[in-house]
Amino acid sequence: MEGFTGIMLILLSSILVNNFVLSRFLGVCPFLGVSKRVETALGMGFAVTFVMALASVISYLVHYYILVPLNIEYMQTIAFILVIAALVQLVEMALQKLVPSLYKALGVYLPLITTNCAVLGVAIINITKEFTLIQTLFNGVGAAIGLTLAIVLFAGIRERLELSNVPEAMKGFPIALISAGLMAMAFLGFQGLI
Amino acid sequence: MSKQKALTILRNGIFDENPIFRLMLGMCPMLAVTTAAVNGIGMGAASMFVLIGSNVVIALLRNFIPPKIRIPAFIVIIATFVTLVQFLLKAYVPALDKSLGIFIPLIVVNCIILGRAEAFASKNTVWRSFVDAIGMGLGFTVALVIVASIREIIGNGTIFDIALFGDRFEPALIMVGAPGAFITLGLVLALINHISKKRRQRQTRGVR
Repeated sequence: MEGFTGIMLILLSSILVNNFVLSRFLGVCPFLGVSKRVETALGMGFAVTFVMALASVISYLVHYYILVPLNIEYMQTIAFILVIAALVQLVEMALQKLVPSLYKALGVYLPLITTNCAVLGVAIINITKEFTLIQTLFNGVGAAIGLTLAIVLFAGIRERLELSNVPEAMKGFPIALISAGLMAMAFLGFQGLI
Repeated sequence: MSKQKALTILRNGIFDENPIFRLMLGMCPMLAVTTAAVNGIGMGAASMFVLIGSNVVIALLRNFIPPKIRIPAFIVIIATFVTLVQFLLKAYVPALDKSLGIFIPLIVVNCIILGRAEAFASKNTVWRSFVDAIGMGLGFTVALVIVASIREIIGNGTIFDIALFGDRFEPALIMVGAPGAFITLGLVLALINHISKKRRQRQTRGVR
């Protein structure tokens, strides 16, 4: 996978074919948690995209320029989670100072991102797949766009579900999970794309 | 603490506050690794180990960790135990390590563990936190095994790798795929909702 085509393939694969939520099961918590309204879903999506792109790149640098030279690759999990936690804090502070309006809009979602398994997941996947720095960046962005796409589509479905007549026992989470299952089935259709 | 109280905490973890079925925590590993019952047990055991370790250590240190930086401190403690589990699995059960893959390091961000650290271990004694970890861990494992068994039986025709049906059984591959995970969990949740509602109705009728 070289050059432009390789990058496009990575983007396409991480957005549609290996969608983070619907085929890799990363980031299911925000997927179920903040998908009640389309606007909040979009807000969460932007926050996650921002953090995931940054986290991909920084964790890549930490891995290849700190952990590998010191021969302490086994510290990966601890190092990455610290990087992500620190990053989220920094992003929060920077946004608060520089773009208060965006900070207000994302407010609640930012701290939640630390424990979003999609962020740590993409950082680890980048390393295990031995991506280059550019590929890492695009994989991170692609995965985040895929996550946003899934959450926003799902929020649309859930807004409709609120109005429909659902059996008593299925109300709330059960019906949401089953709709997610049907969405995952639809995303299986992208499998032949690459 | 009396024996009675320990039992209440245990029961609470497995039934009343089951992390998957009641609190809706730890969904990612739940959906991802439940393709086979063995994986369910492996993931459950690994998470329980981390949960016990982190709960005990956090309960020990609860008076020394300043409240302002408690979350990073908790995460570092949890990550340490996760790294331990990674080593243990790689050394002794490499097959399981392979099938659980990325979800072993991701135990760090399992909401159950940080949730228990924050809600229970940081406020309770070591012994109570230990019992709570066992209860929550068992509850998580039971939920994983239930969903994994259903998916393995329908999607693969086996349970714990033992073939259940003859050669003519056509496995429904969709059940071990991604959609099957969501749909199975949805149906199990609906069933549990239904049963608990029925039970509540019977209780209120009994009171009258």
